[in-house]
Amino acid sequence: MSGVVMDLDVKKIRQDFPNLHVSVHGKPLVYFDNAATTFKPRVVWEAMDGYYQKYASNVHRGIHELSEKATAAYEATRGKVQKFLNARDSKEIIFTRGTTESINLVAYSYGRHFLKDGDEILISEMEHHSNIVPWQMLCEEKGCILKVIPFNDQGELIYEEFERLLTAKTKLLSIVYISNSLGTINPVKKMIKAAHARGALVLVDAAQAVGHRRVDVQDLDCDFLAFSGHKLFGPTGVGVLYGKAELLNKMPPFHGGGDMISSVTFEKTTYAALPYKFEAGTPAVAEVIGLGAAIDYVLSVGFERIEACEQSLLEYGTRALQKVPGLKLIGAAREKAAVLSFILPGVHPHDIGTLVNDEGIAIRTGHHCTQPVMKHFGVPATSRASLSFYNTTAEIDRLVEALLKVREVFP
Amino acid sequence: MTHDSRSELYQQVIIEHNKSPKNFRKIPGATHEAEGYNPLCGDHLHIYLHVQEPGGVIDDISFEGDGCAISKASASLMTTSLKGKTLKGADVLFEQFNHLIKGELHPDKDPNVPGKFSVFSGIWHFPARVKCASLCWHTMKGALDKVKTVTTE
Repeated sequence: MSGVVMDLDVKKIRQDFPNLHVSVHGKPLVYFDNAATTFKPRVVWEAMDGYYQKYASNVHRGIHELSEKATAAYEATRGKVQKFLNARDSKEIIFTRGTTESINLVAYSYGRHFLKDGDEILISEMEHHSNIVPWQMLCEEKGCILKVIPFNDQGELIYEEFERLLTAKTKLLSIVYISNSLGTINPVKKMIKAAHARGALVLVDAAQAVGHRRVDVQDLDCDFLAFSGHKLFGPTGVGVLYGKAELLNKMPPFHGGGDMISSVTFEKTTYAALPYKFEAGTPAVAEVIGLGAAIDYVLSVGFERIEACEQSLLEYGTRALQKVPGLKLIGAAREKAAVLSFILPGVHPHDIGTLVNDEGIAIRTGHHCTQPVMKHFGVPATSRASLSFYNTTAEIDRLVEALLKVREVFP
Repeated sequence: MTHDSRSELYQQVIIEHNKSPKNFRKIPGATHEAEGYNPLCGDHLHIYLHVQEPGGVIDDISFEGDGCAISKASASLMTTSLKGKTLKGADVLFEQFNHLIKGELHPDKDPNVPGKFSVFSGIWHFPARVKCASLCWHTMKGALDKVKTVTTE
């Protein structure tokens, strides 16, 4: 009975996402690339459309009606993000272009001004390149040292190694909440507590977390947290950096320009207060408004339902994929999100990707911007099915069938 | 209209060359060699050539590396096409292959194009896979031009 109710719910939810109903090669699309980007519910682009059709204008500038309306809608999203993350204050919410820019903002503004030669930055072996490269660039410039927490063959961080690497020299821990290539959910709350006890600040890369579970920055007590709108059923081109106000206040601006000043003369410029100090130039107004609609939508579905649905899809998928001879799952953490990375010995992931695409199934193949993870497992690439609450067990069955056909082509 | 890509892209020739690639080995004392990378997928190939001078004849060519079926089969077929060719002849084939994967050449209609190239004549339908087929050719060209590393990006 509960299964029936669930299916009916999913059917209803799927109506909100027109993109789920397209065909590929004459077959109904199965979209299993949600870790790359999620589809957007109708309400998101309707909100953006509303802005473009009825009150398109710049924010924080004009005193005319439309600009005031645009500013109100833009700032309303900031309030929604604040509540969504349970931040203390809306000024702790900075709009960026995405997770990558948010991390770069911290590396540039905090890192360049507060870190020095010999300071250590701790990341993990399962980071996305966007949480590796900005720190490498900073280390090169400032003489900081990058340390890496390894993970075991299940894809779980080796906690003892983390404790060993965390020393008085560690000034910053920048850690992924949920791994995009393994699905591992890291014990970030515990790690944040440990890092704070050593006097280190913590940045959480929550790109893969915010669309799948409730994220509470006060409960986690993280110092910074980054995510992208487009992985949260919102538009591309907008993301968020959360930072504790006392830290953001003492950090210098990231970009200079309009909107981030309170006064400019050729002798001296005074920067605006938070959050505008970090929002130079005209922001992605429509996208921010779309993100607000996405957050409303996700909350209307509810994280309890989302988590329950995705966990049951993960369990079903983990079992179902075993029907494919030789298939090996990469990443078997006890705490895991609905990400199924796998290899089929003797078949390159790109060939798998092309062949399942013939069956209308979209999966990701490649290194998923986590080359160190691939190196750990000694593979150049994996295939990855990343699921969301609008996916179904019937779609997983279609993936299994398609993989059995791949086995026929590559016996 | 849709196309049946499995018959088009994964023809038996490709499956066989992937399974048992020709000239999949090192050449000790190679006169030219280069590494080719596709950073997007992590594929890499090492191409070895032995060029006989004077005359500039490729008397041996081989490859090693990891990649998808398309890249392996393409490298395998490339070695069989180039063995015994002059450097000038290799340039001509390189150009022909480049035109072919853009859908600008038709081996069935053009007698000057090696028939074995025809398995790649439909690859332009798969923009994401074109680089898989061309990596070996660019690496070979890099080796002849004395470029040590070639990437698709």
